Amino acid sequence: MSVAKPLPHDSAALHVTGTARYIDDMPLPANTLHLAFGLSTVAHGEILSLDLDAVRAAPGVVAVWTADDLPHANDVSPSIHDEPLLATGAVHYVGQPVFLVIAESHLAARKAARLGRIGYRELPALLTVDDAMAAGSRFEGGPVIWSKGDAATAIAAAPRLVEGSFDMGGQEHFYLEGQAALALPAEGGVTVQSSTQHPTEIQHKVAEALGLPMNAVRVEIRRMGGGFGGKESQGNALAVSCALVARLLGRPAKMRYDRDDDMVITGKRHDFRIGYRAGVDAQGRILGLEFLHLARCGWAQDLSLPVADRAMLHADNAYNLDHVRIESHRLRTNTQSATAFRGFGGPQGMLGIERVMDHVAHDLRLDPVAVRKANFYAEMADASGGDISGKMKQTTPYHMEVEDFVLNRLVAALEKSSDFAARQAAVAAWNAANPILKKGIALTPVKFGISFTLTHLNQAGALVHVYSDGSIHLNHGGTEMGQGLFRKVAQVAASGFGVDASVVAITATDTGKVPNTSATAASSGSDLNGMAVKAACDTIRGRMAEFLAREHQTLPEKVHFEEGKVFVGGEEMSFAEAAARCYAGRVSLSATGFYATPKITWDRMAGRGRPFYYFAYGAAVTEVVIDTLTGENRILRADILHDCGTSLNPAIDIGQIEGGYVQGAGWLTTEELVWDEKGRLRTHAPSTYKIPACSDRPRVFNVALWDGANREETIYRSKAVGEPPLMHGISVFSALSNACAASGPHYPDLQAPATAEAVLAAVKRARGTT
Amino acid sequence: MNDIAFLLNGTPVTVSGESPVRTLLDWLRETRGLTGTKEGCNEGDCGACTVMVTDDDGTRALNACILFLPQLHGKAVRTVEGLTGPKGEMHPVQSAMVENHGSQCGFCTPGFVMSMAAAQVNGATDHDDYLAGNLCRCTGYAPIVRAAEAVAGTPAPGWMAEDRGALDAAPAPCIPASSDELAHWYEAHPEATLIAGATDVGLWVTKQLRNLPEVAFLHGCRDLQRIETTPDGFRIGAGVSIAALRAAMSGPHPSFAELLRRFASEQVRRAATLGGNIANGSPIGDTPPALIAMDARLHLRRGDTRREIALEEFFLDYGRQDRARGEFVEAVTIPRSAPGLACYKLSKRFDQDISAVCGCFNLILKGSKIETARIAFGGMAGIPKRASAVEAALVGRDWTLATMTAALPAFAKDFTPMTDMRASAAYRLETAGNMLLRYFHERSGVVASVLEVEA
Repeated sequence: MSVAKPLPHDSAALHVTGTARYIDDMPLPANTLHLAFGLSTVAHGEILSLDLDAVRAAPGVVAVWTADDLPHANDVSPSIHDEPLLATGAVHYVGQPVFLVIAESHLAARKAARLGRIGYRELPALLTVDDAMAAGSRFEGGPVIWSKGDAATAIAAAPRLVEGSFDMGGQEHFYLEGQAALALPAEGGVTVQSSTQHPTEIQHKVAEALGLPMNAVRVEIRRMGGGFGGKESQGNALAVSCALVARLLGRPAKMRYDRDDDMVITGKRHDFRIGYRAGVDAQGRILGLEFLHLARCGWAQDLSLPVADRAMLHADNAYNLDHVRIESHRLRTNTQSATAFRGFGGPQGMLGIERVMDHVAHDLRLDPVAVRKANFYAEMADASGGDISGKMKQTTPYHMEVEDFVLNRLVAALEKSSDFAARQAAVAAWNAANPILKKGIALTPVKFGISFTLTHLNQAGALVHVYSDGSIHLNHGGTEMGQGLFRKVAQVAASGFGVDASVVAITATDTGKVPNTSATAASSGSDLNGMAVKAACDTIRGRMAEFLAREHQTLPEKVHFEEGKVFVGGEEMSFAEAAARCYAGRVSLSATGFYATPKITWDRMAGRGRPFYYFAYGAAVTEVVIDTLTGENRILRADILHDCGTSLNPAIDIGQIEGGYVQGAGWLTTEELVWDEKGRLRTHAPSTYKIPACSDRPRVFNVALWDGANREETIYRSKAVGEPPLMHGISVFSALSNACAASGPHYPDLQAPATAEAVLAAVKRARGTT
Repeated sequence: MNDIAFLLNGTPVTVSGESPVRTLLDWLRETRGLTGTKEGCNEGDCGACTVMVTDDDGTRALNACILFLPQLHGKAVRTVEGLTGPKGEMHPVQSAMVENHGSQCGFCTPGFVMSMAAAQVNGATDHDDYLAGNLCRCTGYAPIVRAAEAVAGTPAPGWMAEDRGALDAAPAPCIPASSDELAHWYEAHPEATLIAGATDVGLWVTKQLRNLPEVAFLHGCRDLQRIETTPDGFRIGAGVSIAALRAAMSGPHPSFAELLRRFASEQVRRAATLGGNIANGSPIGDTPPALIAMDARLHLRRGDTRREIALEEFFLDYGRQDRARGEFVEAVTIPRSAPGLACYKLSKRFDQDISAVCGCFNLILKGSKIETARIAFGGMAGIPKRASAVEAALVGRDWTLATMTAALPAFAKDFTPMTDMRASAAYRLETAGNMLLRYFHERSGVVASVLEVEA
């Protein structure tokens, strides 16, 4: 069967030969126009004057538009219509698009966009969470509070109190392919090519902007050069701009952000401050816990509410908390509108509790892994399925039963495979012998909830055709951003017909083929689209089996599709021949498929329900070394054991785990976003914003898959893998904290990202020399 | 611009009528429709635009986004489209990348395969170093390195040999063929911009969108690309690339060579020159602190007039150097030996990053005493600068940790660093001092570099 095979990425051969085509590589019609935004240079201000004469007079400029030139909706928000495409009267962050330059070339547009002269009356800008808290600047009114039990009483009654607060920075997506879109005028509407994770959203926003029904807008995307959440909503502005130009000027239009523009304009991962008060017993068991989440959301709402929700939903991570209260403030600031980023708030929430575990262990002089184990959820007798009724129920802080917990066994297996205990002892011995350098080692677990928390998004569609020569055309609502979704889904289709995956043609995501899709996000791609594709294949195969059975006077269930052949009534024919016969027999060989995730219900205001169909699990061990003179640090070794259920494609899953770990490590180490006192982002290019480079990966890097089927009925019992491995990067942060703690008696209170500077500061706190 | 001629994927091409600061990347993608070479950052920091360039000096990977067309005159350029064999068969690095699952989104992949193909031609197996200039956001690099390891030590396929043997190219007016020609032309055109590797000037064009009305490309001045050994030192031509300098320094000045290993990336080191790194006057260039610590002498030339100064005297103030109109950097001389030299670079990321602090120490001991001290820093002031007060606090004193510690307050006399996106002022000042402690510990045999530790 095609599923479970470690096939290469569907486009691997195209990638390595440079023939995989991205938006910027599309051949353009000769009269294509190129667009660029003129940007706000102040963080908050009223626009007093807008002198665009020099822009209009610049070579190659065809037109320059402001908000007044837009005929219909001036909005690119994915949520509450609070994000104008072009500023109206006021600007809310440095980098906000104010005017649109339409020119004959990309360079002409970029050059002209710098010539605009905007007069402002500057207004006080809220740049930090402290600014926003002081001003009461929030989305959604007051804070969101979820609780279970009585945290305050439990904390007051606990033998020990551990409390603190720490900051974690955001993260730039740094997809290698910047945002890009191309629109072609079409009869009655437009066709848009957009580097987007969410073609239906693009279709929706373009239709609004053009004053057209959605059926007049077709959006297509074959592949992105990376997305990571950064192309869930942030491509709207480019696609809408191109569509407007195509519609109003009747010429094709293309827009791509230069890297600096991309980083200045678009949203990033939310930075958070997390405060905590934990009441614990002598074994480090948490008796009561209060969290305060301060999320810096930027100027527009975008996806901040579900991001902040998901941070709350992962405030427990792997730990059973009887008495817990989580208070979350979604703060509106005059900075880029923070957006989706792999993990979608989950990493921030999870880092909060992992930090608590480390802090508790430090204060109680306990082994951090022992503290974690003491707080783990219990494993049900049969986590891979079966009846667990009658067992004691354990619930998350949002009152969802945890039925599929595997981390007790998984962590034990990882401790063994990584030789954890011996290495922990070796690190201590090494540290005793080395005055300047210190090593650290940590083990951190991941329990990540799978499903969109906005329940209705958990649906997907597919369209499958079998042609009369037996070749298969596959389409579904998911988008390919490098994660290998198309390969996995093609494997599902191939398995459905018992053919080789090479028989399945993978085609671009197209709103004209599969409508009303959800973003490819929340790790849901293969879960949702795989099931939808399977449904479509099952329909067609059922029709084929029925026809062939009738022809052979047997029963449909006795028709088998295997190894490119169809076996029916003692006869064997190729799949192509079977398809030809069905065609001749006037059998429909095309079908749609649909899937809606079962079991989930969620009341986000109350913080109650079952937002997730299941959890994905894993754990990581990381060993690091730091320099106590400079704070320089390196990852020395990583061991990861991760639960992908029954893997659809182990090679692709391991790729997601390795890549996710390094991306998570980057978030918590070298990737520092710096804004100055005027709200200008100072790290807006790879020269100043440092994602991990080749030598930053762990030199020893052992990744293995946990062997176990999903207890829920997912596609071939697999589990989602897009986001969860990113949070294995938390083990790097924990190990660095461990190394800092080796240099002195005090709690090092390491802040994220743990740049060399942050590590040195933590070393000094550990030593009490600050 | 006069005709520029080069081999493109084995086929001769002639370019006419283009701006001399048209980048190879834009020309490939927009004019030639060769879109396999990607734009990731347009500033030479991500490597998605990596191409192979071959000339008499061999084959190297370069960033096409900051490579101007005249720099290719007479050379051979190979892009990802030209990597496959004559029958369309994959190059071994391409197959290895597929087999090892080395691509996910695929956007960085053409750049990686070009770097790997160039490394294979050169027999390089230091994968982390030659891939440091290629960023990948998806894979975490592990499968890419597996692919690199799979082809390491294998010969490059036969078709890669086509690029050897440079093209006969007619002289081009913006490319002086010798330093004499350059000297006379520049004296007459002192407002012109001199372009050596274009790793800095390239960004003036791609990021600042500047027009450069008059330019001269220095790569034709072969006489500036020599390293001569003299009785008391090395005379290094201004046109020597950082890569060539690194190779030459690995024997006589290993710590300097290690600093150069971390200078930008392979693609940049192969293009950037020592003269450029000095002449642009940056306070965060990585060669000046090391050179000043070695008491380097700078050779300047204007027309037929030459002068020589101590390198540290060249840097007058932020953005201002002791260089007259029409005068250019011709060479640097350094001693043959500096056994006390240690160079430390502190940056957010180890590879391909700009220094927050670059500290270079060169102490000579006599018995138990410090006889001389030359200490220079980058990133601590508006110019690369000596730590004179620290030196004074060390010279003549005992070589002990106590002496080092006692000298720490002197750093604040020497430097008032600034806070920026790379580091805070306080951190810079503190770690500059701590580098002195590291110098003492390392010279005393204590391991003090995280780069030397394994799991």
